[in-house]
Amino acid sequence: MESSQYLLGIESTAHTFGASIATSDGRILSNAKDVYTPFTGRGIHPREAAQHHCEVSSQVILRAFKEAKIRPRDLTAIAFSAGPGLGPALRMGATIARGLACYFKIPLVPVNHAIGHIEIGFLASNAQDPLVVLVSGGHTLITAHAGSHWRIFGETEDITMGNLLDMFAREAGLSPPTGVSVEQKARMSKRLLDLPYTVKGNDVTYSGLLSASIRKFHEGCKIEDLCFSLQEFSFSMFAETVERSLAHTEKRELLLTGGVAANKRLQQMLRNIAQEHDSRFYVVDFQYSGDCGAQIAWTGYLAYMQGIVIDVENSYVRPKWRLDEVEWKRIQGNLSH
Amino acid sequence: MEENTRKSITLVKKGAEANLYLSEWGSIKVIVKKRIPKKYRVAELDKKIRDYRTIHEAECLFLARKYGVPTPIVLSIDNLSNIIIMEYIEGQRVKEVFEKVDEKSKKMMCKQIGNQIGRLHKNNLIHGDLTSSNMIISDQEKIYFIDFGLSFHSNECEDMGVDLYLLKRAFFSTHYKDVNKYHSAIRTGYIKEVGKKIADRVFKKSQQIERRGRYFVGRSI
Repeated sequence: MESSQYLLGIESTAHTFGASIATSDGRILSNAKDVYTPFTGRGIHPREAAQHHCEVSSQVILRAFKEAKIRPRDLTAIAFSAGPGLGPALRMGATIARGLACYFKIPLVPVNHAIGHIEIGFLASNAQDPLVVLVSGGHTLITAHAGSHWRIFGETEDITMGNLLDMFAREAGLSPPTGVSVEQKARMSKRLLDLPYTVKGNDVTYSGLLSASIRKFHEGCKIEDLCFSLQEFSFSMFAETVERSLAHTEKRELLLTGGVAANKRLQQMLRNIAQEHDSRFYVVDFQYSGDCGAQIAWTGYLAYMQGIVIDVENSYVRPKWRLDEVEWKRIQGNLSH
Repeated sequence: MEENTRKSITLVKKGAEANLYLSEWGSIKVIVKKRIPKKYRVAELDKKIRDYRTIHEAECLFLARKYGVPTPIVLSIDNLSNIIIMEYIEGQRVKEVFEKVDEKSKKMMCKQIGNQIGRLHKNNLIHGDLTSSNMIISDQEKIYFIDFGLSFHSNECEDMGVDLYLLKRAFFSTHYKDVNKYHSAIRTGYIKEVGKKIADRVFKKSQQIERRGRYFVGRSI
């Protein structure tokens, strides 16, 4: 494949600084990253995250090139995550991307982070036209593609599933990565506590569930029981809206992607729902579920193919950039596998 | 005796929450709605949710009808096996019809939908899951509301606003062409029922709720 094109993708929406090289035939040659970890009990501080990204950026990018065995001058374009995310963190990634694009005189491609999660989910599966479930620290939504936009069928009306698990875990003193800690504790219990279950049509709200769980923690409930109940309630609520959307859209495929997609219990629930509705279930490749450069590099290529490039002067980051605002064509890419 | 009068039973739709079977009740066609256990939820939570919703749906179907909003007549409830037996409505889902009819009919439908939502809200009943899948347009062009499983009583502007917001988004994602035009037709129908003053308040609230969506800054589609 001498004729392959290479894209560098830079991810820096939140705690992860990632750099990756993707090819036009859908191979991820490298996926280097370094994750900023706040102290136990604390959340991401945007300025500290940006500082972290600044410190690790050059070595992460160098590692991406080294693993991919290509040189910077082989690049066709550079993609960066333009939003949504934390302003300072986004600006750090964007600054580096702009610098490289200017130096090597190659196009700069802005990528919506949510579409990045979705497209990298497609890459590892053969899904054609699925209902997509995106669950992460920044998103909790149900979407499907129609008429050049991703249409949102259901979402959280307040905090995301990632926020919920993270904020509870921090309050309870569990160590990062908090999602993994909650999942491990949850496996040690089968006792369901009484918590609020809030579904509004195809939407969910989690803030009530968070407050109730924290209150129960301070009242002395066992952490294992709480983690188990928190997962069961939050996942069941969301799974219910997924099932309703699946019945409404009548899609034959269901694709789960995003950081929380790595949770085995959530996978199990959604797989079960897909089976009940005779839909095929796909889940994003574990290594690409959390924020990573690969999602930006590969999506950057797809964006570049539909002519999405931006001048450096106009390459502002967009901390608020909703998925359904983006005009996006679904192209299958020229995959080699 | 009731068992004997039920002649044949065929699965017509696997919904999100329940299976719908077509059957006969004496001489009339009925829908048997059975909330089946969901394997993905732990059994304890699952049973609690199904019990609550079955009773609730039956109650709200009846109340909505009382308030003058077309709904299927509830014939029987069995809360041990979470079954509601209700009248079968001859017609099609609004979701399927909407894309096929001309603009004038679309607007008429929206007006009627808005009017009926207004009637529910006027009586402090919130549907909770308004989508074009949950409305059936009968052969006489009456629009029936179904699926009251998430309904509840409230006189809060917030809850009415959420109801309308969910409907708007259901239109956004399913019938995405000219959404604003149809949304204003829904509004017209709603005003006719509750008056401009209340309608303005509820629609304003609905807009605020829309803005709560993550990363929302006011979009143009």
